[in-house]
Amino acid sequence: MNDTINAPRLVLFTGHFGSGKTEIAVNYALRSADSGHKTILVDLDIVNPFFRSSEVGAHLEANGVKLISPNFVSTAVDVPSLPAEIYSVFSDKSAKVIFDVGGDEIGARVLGQFHPYFQKEPYLMYYVINTKRPLSCTEQDILSMMQEVQRMSRLRITHLINNTNLSYETEICDIINGHVLISQISKSAEIPIAYIAGVKELLDQLPDEMDCGLFPIRIFMKPPWR
Amino acid sequence: MSKVLMKGNEAIAEAAIQAGCRFFFGYPITPQNEIPAYMAKRLPQVGGCFVQAESEVAAINMVYGAAGAGARVMTSSSSPGISLKQEGISYIAGAELPCLIVNIVRGGPGLGGIQPAQSDYFQAVKGGGHGDYHLVVLAPSTIQETVDLVRKGFDIADQYRNPVMILGDGMLGQMMEPVEFKEAKPRRLPPKDWATTGWKGDRPRAVINSLFIDPQVLEDHVNRIYKKYEEIKANETLVECYNCEDAEIIVSAYGTTARIVRSVTEMAARKGIKIGLIRPITLWPFPAETLRSWAQRDHVKAFLTVEMSMGQMVEDVTLSIDGLKPSHFYGRTGGMVPRPADILAEIEKIRGVNL
Repeated sequence: MNDTINAPRLVLFTGHFGSGKTEIAVNYALRSADSGHKTILVDLDIVNPFFRSSEVGAHLEANGVKLISPNFVSTAVDVPSLPAEIYSVFSDKSAKVIFDVGGDEIGARVLGQFHPYFQKEPYLMYYVINTKRPLSCTEQDILSMMQEVQRMSRLRITHLINNTNLSYETEICDIINGHVLISQISKSAEIPIAYIAGVKELLDQLPDEMDCGLFPIRIFMKPPWR
Repeated sequence: MSKVLMKGNEAIAEAAIQAGCRFFFGYPITPQNEIPAYMAKRLPQVGGCFVQAESEVAAINMVYGAAGAGARVMTSSSSPGISLKQEGISYIAGAELPCLIVNIVRGGPGLGGIQPAQSDYFQAVKGGGHGDYHLVVLAPSTIQETVDLVRKGFDIADQYRNPVMILGDGMLGQMMEPVEFKEAKPRRLPPKDWATTGWKGDRPRAVINSLFIDPQVLEDHVNRIYKKYEEIKANETLVECYNCEDAEIIVSAYGTTARIVRSVTEMAARKGIKIGLIRPITLWPFPAETLRSWAQRDHVKAFLTVEMSMGQMVEDVTLSIDGLKPSHFYGRTGGMVPRPADILAEIEKIRGVNL
């Protein structure tokens, strides 16, 4: 992750529902804190009830990442409400802020209310793609969802991330096939691919001449038997 | 078709569409919302119909109507919503209509919580609604198995004209796993000549009804349904036995909990403890014969049932093994998931007492 030093301090992870945004956002935040940045992870996911960044809260805090979660997160109160504390990240300019946004255009909708702040400061908005997800496996599906996410969030996607995976059954050919499709999307949408994300053992098998960065991740969202 | 990565809830919805389901009526509730959301997106693409009803009660009665007209129809909800549907489910069972009902169980009682639980076991297998009836209850433990059981569930429903329930839990609904939608061998199913598809004078009028005022007529009706249940027991009971061959303790668990127990069998083996797993796949009909046959073996010293509830399936296990061996229980509830280490500790405790 070379861009953590000079890149804009506001970094958003969006994508199709279930594309792996949360794993990547959590890993990104940990790496940012590890490289000495004051780091805040904002869990904006009001779509997903389980497997969310707030569940690794203790690990994040222990590693220097401050976590801001939706109100009532992991409680029985199933209310999509965001805390006022979120606004503080726009005034404290010393922190690197990573936004873990909910899936699809529905999850991206919550970003709209912060629009004035993103007008005043540069940001990076990653769009995470897993071509092995059933409703995001064709160029047309992915492009139209990207448009919807941009429309709802009123923000511009700046980079793509290839997170093609089949969970613990991922093979290197899945990632490469995903990359072929995402490269076409990158060309039609004129948005560069920033990274290929995946567990290190898989990324190590990629050929040397890949045209983008690699982002090895550790998997945090696991069922109890793994 | 190659594998895709899906959430359990999405996989249930896609499997239903691939099994020919074209009608879905439901009302949102966590943690199963991805089912109606997926159906809302996909059903119009395949010429189907999705309706978000005004309530769970309305949704189940729409299912009653569509099933009566011969459609492959499904509804889904989570615990409190399934409670609301019970009257309709009893009517559907009474009128002998096929449909698939999905319950992605969350913690209870009352509004409870939104985390995974198995505390609707009694409701699912012992009736739930009023009157003498049974649902066929299928309890998958992986997302692939969920996909396979959705198709099977529709087929069982059509073959026996009886509602079928998929009993999952929030974990199974929310987790993601690779799945493959395989071409399934179609079951030979009887024609739906009983469905209300319009009368043209060429057959007796089709009447969908669950009201039988004459007690003798109602008793005959229920007896006939119960004869069907015997057929279902004989033909459709499913169970997985894992590692039981030389097990000293057999652990019984279903769904998500069975996967946790499976990882415990490996932990136990490293400690020199031989644990078997009996995983009922159909909770009704319950694989009583299988459990009893293992209870008769000398090497099996005790049974343990593990659940995400306060002890519901353990009653069926105890009935099945009929006093042949001691029957123990360990459970967590309220959305808490049993940890492998805690289950192992329980096994070691039982071993101290029984061996």
